[in-house]
Amino acid sequence: MIDFIRYKWLYFLISAMVILPGVFSLVKWGLKPSIDFTGGTIWEIATAENTEKSTENAEIKKGDWQKILEEKQVEVISIEEKPEEHFILRLKAIDDAKKEELTSAFRDNLKDFTEIRYELVGPTLGRELLVKTITGVVLAAFLILLYVAYRFKDKMYGICAILAMFHDTLVLLGSFSLLGHFFNVEVDTLYVTAVLTILSFSVHDTIVVYDRIRESIKKNLPVSGGDFTFLVNKAINETLTRSINNSLTIIFMLLALVILGGVTIRWFAAALLIGIITGTYSSTFTATPLLVLWHELKSRKR
Amino acid sequence: MDLSRLISDLSRLISKAVDRKSKLAFCRIIAMMKHSRTTLWFIIIITAIAIFFDFPKTHVKIDRGPIKVDTDIGGYNLDINLLGVRIKRNLEIKRGLDLQGGLAVTLQADMSEINEADRNIALESAKNVIERRVNFFGVTEPNIYTSQVSNNYRVIVELPGVTETMEALQLIGQTAQLDFRETATAETAEEFAEGAEGFVKTDLTGKDLKRAQVVFAPTTGQPQVALTFADEGAKKFEEITRRNVEKPLAIYLDEVLLTAPRVQQVISEGEAVISGQFSLDDAKRLAIQLNAGALPVPITILLQRNIGPTLGAESVQKSIRAGLVGLSLVAIFMIGYYKRLGFLAVIALIIYGLITLFLYKFIPVTLTLAGIAGFILSVGMAVDSNILIFERIKEELKIGRPLKAAMELGFGRAWDSIRDANVATLITVFILFNPFHWSFLATSGMVRGFALTLGLGIATSLFTGIVVTRTLVRVFYKS
Repeated sequence: MIDFIRYKWLYFLISAMVILPGVFSLVKWGLKPSIDFTGGTIWEIATAENTEKSTENAEIKKGDWQKILEEKQVEVISIEEKPEEHFILRLKAIDDAKKEELTSAFRDNLKDFTEIRYELVGPTLGRELLVKTITGVVLAAFLILLYVAYRFKDKMYGICAILAMFHDTLVLLGSFSLLGHFFNVEVDTLYVTAVLTILSFSVHDTIVVYDRIRESIKKNLPVSGGDFTFLVNKAINETLTRSINNSLTIIFMLLALVILGGVTIRWFAAALLIGIITGTYSSTFTATPLLVLWHELKSRKR
Repeated sequence: MDLSRLISDLSRLISKAVDRKSKLAFCRIIAMMKHSRTTLWFIIIITAIAIFFDFPKTHVKIDRGPIKVDTDIGGYNLDINLLGVRIKRNLEIKRGLDLQGGLAVTLQADMSEINEADRNIALESAKNVIERRVNFFGVTEPNIYTSQVSNNYRVIVELPGVTETMEALQLIGQTAQLDFRETATAETAEEFAEGAEGFVKTDLTGKDLKRAQVVFAPTTGQPQVALTFADEGAKKFEEITRRNVEKPLAIYLDEVLLTAPRVQQVISEGEAVISGQFSLDDAKRLAIQLNAGALPVPITILLQRNIGPTLGAESVQKSIRAGLVGLSLVAIFMIGYYKRLGFLAVIALIIYGLITLFLYKFIPVTLTLAGIAGFILSVGMAVDSNILIFERIKEELKIGRPLKAAMELGFGRAWDSIRDANVATLITVFILFNPFHWSFLATSGMVRGFALTLGLGIATSLFTGIVVTRTLVRVFYKS
């Protein structure tokens, strides 16, 4: 039997090393919200092949769009260039008349193009979504806390499970803040879904480990002489294979999605992947040491 | 102090009772499933049904000697009579906008001019008007629904396959125009040429109408539509009815004739009733359409998403391929690690996939990218149940129990964790799906789609994880 709990401060240190840069980034740069939250226009276009104009001027650059957009007094947030004359224009919200005006300006001055995606989000919708999501998270956390506390007949389990859940949320938020700052990764409504999923996965995984601890206490209490750390260690040893095996299967699925899946869900799958890894880690190496720490503090008080 | 002890004792007592009850229920299920072979047949039948309906339409052509087959198989639709209830379903997977391309628009209705009490009626009418216009546009399977969030009244329109954004939006965005028209007379003969169907416009319009509602005739109980006019409108209406006694008075919405009831007498109070051979639904529909004119709401576009069909198709194809690769990896891992048990789990997983696909077709679930992600996650949780059980079985074997006892104990012991973990996930699913449309929670279609597939997945995985795997193990796993 490996004495996992002995190194509990090491686990907390590892968590801190992962979380602190993320929190720093969150405070300093925040998350990079997509137009789902800020409102605005996303216009993804690709220039059409084999038009007359395309033979004249060989290649269209970012700056060409920029120039026309500035002429038409449209506020540009960013222009992203992709291979094969494929562009993503991010603009402040424009109306249909403006869009038509721009379309003909592009066609006249540059090339004919096809519209791949056009999205327009009014600015009010974003705030509303954010507020509702936070409400949802708080409500879900509270209900799960109640359920766990009820099932394990001790609020200690509920609170530690929720703390581990916040640990995972912080990892996920922090890593996307860093990804946003360095790689322009945006958070959108799908990302919100991912965060909510990870919250439930985190608790799901923690409960399985706690369940083992509960059983270990029931079964081995007379043998151990009430040594909580021993009981917890025994439970971790018994359940570690299952934790890793289970997460591996989900990780296989998600890894396949990240590497091979469509562009639209790539970052969604990445968010889930990060979440599953931290969720698995935290069940054994955050939620459980916290439980031991809580127990020690409680017995010291007595 | 005593009080807190009392509370803790009570709660312990309650939870013990509940725990025993859930264990009892579980035991009963076990007792029912004792006859493994019967259960096995049950599973085989369910799987066969799922395969039958999951099978995509394929053309079969065999031409070898005496055997000649040239026909389409698969892609069946459901149309059965079960105890007098006809169940008819078009069993085709419904794909969301992000998968098949199209236009999604969220419209905000400006309710500042409408009385608080009438706002829901006005929203319903605005939706109806939009529906009419969309139908005119000839979109197949448009999806139009309303959403009311605190003081925001919205109509959400999803038009699969629509790419001509401008045209569609202009059509949808207009405010409804209702007007009353009378039969052309000698004096208005000139206008008659222009007036459609022999009617000319009067000065009475939707603005003069206060509201329309369904009432029932006091004597016959026949549904009717009652109109209430505003003061100004009542006077105009009196004039018009005076001119048109015994003649039809036509009502137009957006230049389309709604109805042309005959004026029976002069009406001066501003309260009129349209009677006729209405069914209740007809009357309701007419009232809604009239209200669109009576309670016109200006509409602004809040959100517009136009997804090109290529992006959708490409994403789907890639994601499905990725899903298959991921599933194969899971299968290889399970068989490699748990050997024969793992093989049985993989069979259970395939059955899980077949049943889930059938449910998607049957309910039906509109599949979006987020929904596919929910499905993938639920596969992971389905595998989790199996791993939990197998690890338990291994443990019991290790301490020297005979195989049969180890199997049964493994299943029994794993149940507590499986239940608690899945309940926690179901709580999140509940919040995400927001079944009661609580306005303080999100009702985004995407988040909902995710919650629905995840929830369905968990329910199905409880069945396959417990019943299917257990039966397969009982029947086929021998030392």
